[in-house]
Amino acid sequence: MSKAKTKSNGKAGKAATRANNLITLTIDGKEIETEAGRNLVQVANENGIFIPSLCYFENIEPPLGTCRVCTCRVNGAAGPACTESVKDGMVVETNTDELKDARKAIVEMMFSEGNHFCPGCQKSGDCDLQHMGYEMGLTQSRFPHVFKDRLIDFNPRRMIMEHNRCIKCLRCVKEVFTDDGKAVFSFRYRGNETRVGIDYVEEARLSEQQAIDAMHLCPTGAIMVRGEGRARPFGARRFDMQSMQDKAPEIDPEITLPAEKKSIATISLAGCFGCHMSLLDIDLKLIDLVNIVELNKSPLNDIKEFTHQCDIGLIEGGCCNAENVEVLREFRRKCDVLVAFGECAIWGGVPSMRNTIPLGECLEEAYLNCITSMPDECMVPYHEDLPKILDKVYACNEIVDIDYFIPGCPPDANHIWKSVLSLVAGKPLSVLYSEFKYD
Amino acid sequence: MNNKPALTLTRPELLDYLWSAQNEHGYIRSEDIDACSNALGISRIEVEGVISFYHFFHRQPSGEFTIYLNNSVVSESKGFARVKEAFEMATGGTFNGVDPSGQWGLFETACIGLSDMEPAALIDFYPFTNLNSLKVRDIVAKLKQGVSPAEICDPVPDHIRAVPEGEKAILLRHYDPGIALAKLCDLTPQTVLEEIKRSGLRGMGGAFFPTGLKWEACRKDPESPKYIFCNADEGEPGTFKDRVLMNALPGLMLEGMAIAGYAVGSSIGTIYLRAEYTWMKDKLQHTIEHFRKMNLLGKNICGIEGFDFDIRLQLGAGAYVCGEETAMLNSLEGKRGEPRNKRFYPTERGYMQKPTVINNVETFCAAARIIQLGADHYLQTGTPASPGTKLLSVSGDCRLPGIYEIEWGTTVREILEQSEADRPYFIQVSGPSGECISMDEADRKISMDDLVSEGSIMIFSRSRDILNILRNYNRFFKHESCGLCTPCRAGNFILEKKLALFADKLALQSDVDDVQSWGKIMQLTCRCGLGKTAPNALLMAQQKFPDYFETIVNANPERLNKGFSLKEAVREYDRFSS
Repeated sequence: MSKAKTKSNGKAGKAATRANNLITLTIDGKEIETEAGRNLVQVANENGIFIPSLCYFENIEPPLGTCRVCTCRVNGAAGPACTESVKDGMVVETNTDELKDARKAIVEMMFSEGNHFCPGCQKSGDCDLQHMGYEMGLTQSRFPHVFKDRLIDFNPRRMIMEHNRCIKCLRCVKEVFTDDGKAVFSFRYRGNETRVGIDYVEEARLSEQQAIDAMHLCPTGAIMVRGEGRARPFGARRFDMQSMQDKAPEIDPEITLPAEKKSIATISLAGCFGCHMSLLDIDLKLIDLVNIVELNKSPLNDIKEFTHQCDIGLIEGGCCNAENVEVLREFRRKCDVLVAFGECAIWGGVPSMRNTIPLGECLEEAYLNCITSMPDECMVPYHEDLPKILDKVYACNEIVDIDYFIPGCPPDANHIWKSVLSLVAGKPLSVLYSEFKYD
Repeated sequence: MNNKPALTLTRPELLDYLWSAQNEHGYIRSEDIDACSNALGISRIEVEGVISFYHFFHRQPSGEFTIYLNNSVVSESKGFARVKEAFEMATGGTFNGVDPSGQWGLFETACIGLSDMEPAALIDFYPFTNLNSLKVRDIVAKLKQGVSPAEICDPVPDHIRAVPEGEKAILLRHYDPGIALAKLCDLTPQTVLEEIKRSGLRGMGGAFFPTGLKWEACRKDPESPKYIFCNADEGEPGTFKDRVLMNALPGLMLEGMAIAGYAVGSSIGTIYLRAEYTWMKDKLQHTIEHFRKMNLLGKNICGIEGFDFDIRLQLGAGAYVCGEETAMLNSLEGKRGEPRNKRFYPTERGYMQKPTVINNVETFCAAARIIQLGADHYLQTGTPASPGTKLLSVSGDCRLPGIYEIEWGTTVREILEQSEADRPYFIQVSGPSGECISMDEADRKISMDDLVSEGSIMIFSRSRDILNILRNYNRFFKHESCGLCTPCRAGNFILEKKLALFADKLALQSDVDDVQSWGKIMQLTCRCGLGKTAPNALLMAQQKFPDYFETIVNANPERLNKGFSLKEAVREYDRFSS
């Protein structure tokens, strides 16, 4: 971490040469004057042009350029902004549709490639990956989740390596060294098998503070230090309240209730009913809700069958058995607009933790080899009246078309309320940054 | 820890040390890692990181005999599956592991540069070609009797099938050692540079960067020392032209490197030879020694005062991405072969951050011929945009697979005719990262302004399934990605899942659209050429063979079913029914 020091010491020298080192560059049509050689991501963000970034960390030189989340066009050529130093006459495009979509896709890829169960993660709320998802308004990943089985390494003395959460940004590899200059982390293997290896011997030689610094350096919750993952309450975490893009305080938009009444159906599939409970958390607005919607099939009113075609269907939970699939398909038939609300419906969520392990192994562990099962007297439940269990938990949009997604585990009550209102009124969704969460 | 390290080692020697440890014990032991880590003063995990990057390094015993069977697309179409089964039957082992007796290590590997003689395998790095079940049984029986692989391995013929007529042949013409270097007596480094620039020679490895400009940039850089590297890491599946050049004209390559050294002012040359070509190492080493004796390498070469240049061989260890020049530099420095960020050209900051020229085997050979014959001679062949000739490795469904030296501007159809292709249908130009074409495009010319080729043409007949070809490419890229950047590491993995939908007949038109848009994102955002080009064939195949994709895509107008089969999804549970 000595590199960081030399950099800050050099600031006085920089100030002296500032006057004769000025250059002008253009970012998204805006002319910006700054010192030559500075990092493009920093220059843009200082000037109110948001370039999302993940692996980029101010004090790491040369920049890593691994995550590709900051991809821009510099003088027409696509490349990461974090590896660019500003030059005179440079023309940078950051916010074309093509670039915005590509950058969003990369963050989606990270969610699909890893196993990111936000509600169960100590870093949730302080996680750079999650933060980028919030800034981009990412409600779901266009890519199928790959659910690769990854280890959690409890061997190091002080740290826990949670490989499910690692995005391979290279920060720890390039920045965490022992006092005598030995690397504590290194990439191992390659391709989709790549993972960060930790040297147990060198890890034990880090001081307590160095270990904690490493944990904070990690953009996700992949490097944890035992006893240090103190969870803070909602609202007090780094990325809870304030967007990086818009520094103004959030104002709740005025909402006028639509005049027309619409019919809504809801269901909980492979979920925990938590999303339904959150829906009830809208408190007094429940009275507004019954004024603008007519509830059809739903656990809230215990209507078991559809009585007519509905306008909106809200789905909680993914599909873990054949019955879920049938019900989901019925909802698709009977509802004009289908909304997946909550992480389980969107990509599988907590129940999909089993997806990294073959179904047979899960069932054998649960029913045959478990500590309470009597030898020769146990079996895996199988009966024609029981729904058949699927090989993995499927996201709803892997089975039918889903029109809208409301993220959260569970989604914030206001988030659900505003989404339903916008759908009923046929208006674009406007959700506050502070209400948009994955946990 | 306080012991004085018994071993002295520098970081660039790490790969060599790991090779010697593995050759001695059959795998790299923990003691070997300790030795490296102590000698270099680096942590063990850093050494482990390097070892695990290269697929020919093993951390577990890899068998008394280590068999690497090529699983490239050409091998697959020539009977890979049967040969694989035959090896398993004969040895009692299963692939990607070692059999219980510890005698046989069976591993699949990417293209080993023998596409004209597939299926092919390396046994202890000796080549075995044109395999079939009978031959495999015979080989294994002999090895069991104690015959060494060196005694029974197959000769590797060059299969040079066609050369341009008369004076138009540039590369594959008569050669005597020193024929090009002798010309340097009358030329200054500056005139050599001018001659190369005037010839319009471009890098033949696939990037086609003007060689003269590269050499000039390196020469002008004030830093020293300067380095010359020959990229003999020919990993693009279906390419074997550099193998043939090094086998037939090893001296020409050495002369090309020495000429580059003369032109840019460097005295240090290194050949980065892919481990798949280990069987050629001795031959190259002998040629280098022969050249030293003839004063074609060493000090004051050809009597030119101050012209010192020497060459050493560096063996790779199995990683396609190391053919990318900045990845190769990292590998040469004894690190993981990850491509660098494109902030500097290697001519500015290359090997050890010093100015470096990296050219491909064919480029060095062509440079030597240009000095020998003169740029004017070179300019008389080919087309104005791409003068000279090109070596093509032709493989797949044709009667005459092998090497064709063609003038730039030759059409694909001419090559198909010369090689006696069998009902050509799907033609892959320039390897999986290149361009695939249908017969509608057979009249396209191989040249810079039309269809560029780094040197490979793979021909697939009507009887081959396009999806199988594309899935083979995808597996290759997924495995060979260095893992550093998200779109390549995750993108190829995700595309694999998507292609499985096509194979299961569950894909919809929307899945075709997804592949197109996801592939474009990879092209836009990946860090190096591997990721940027990985989706090329997939995207083009969908555009150029719409009829084929129509037949495998499920035209489902409803919104109820998206690539999901309930029957398949409950199959695993149903086994508990009894």
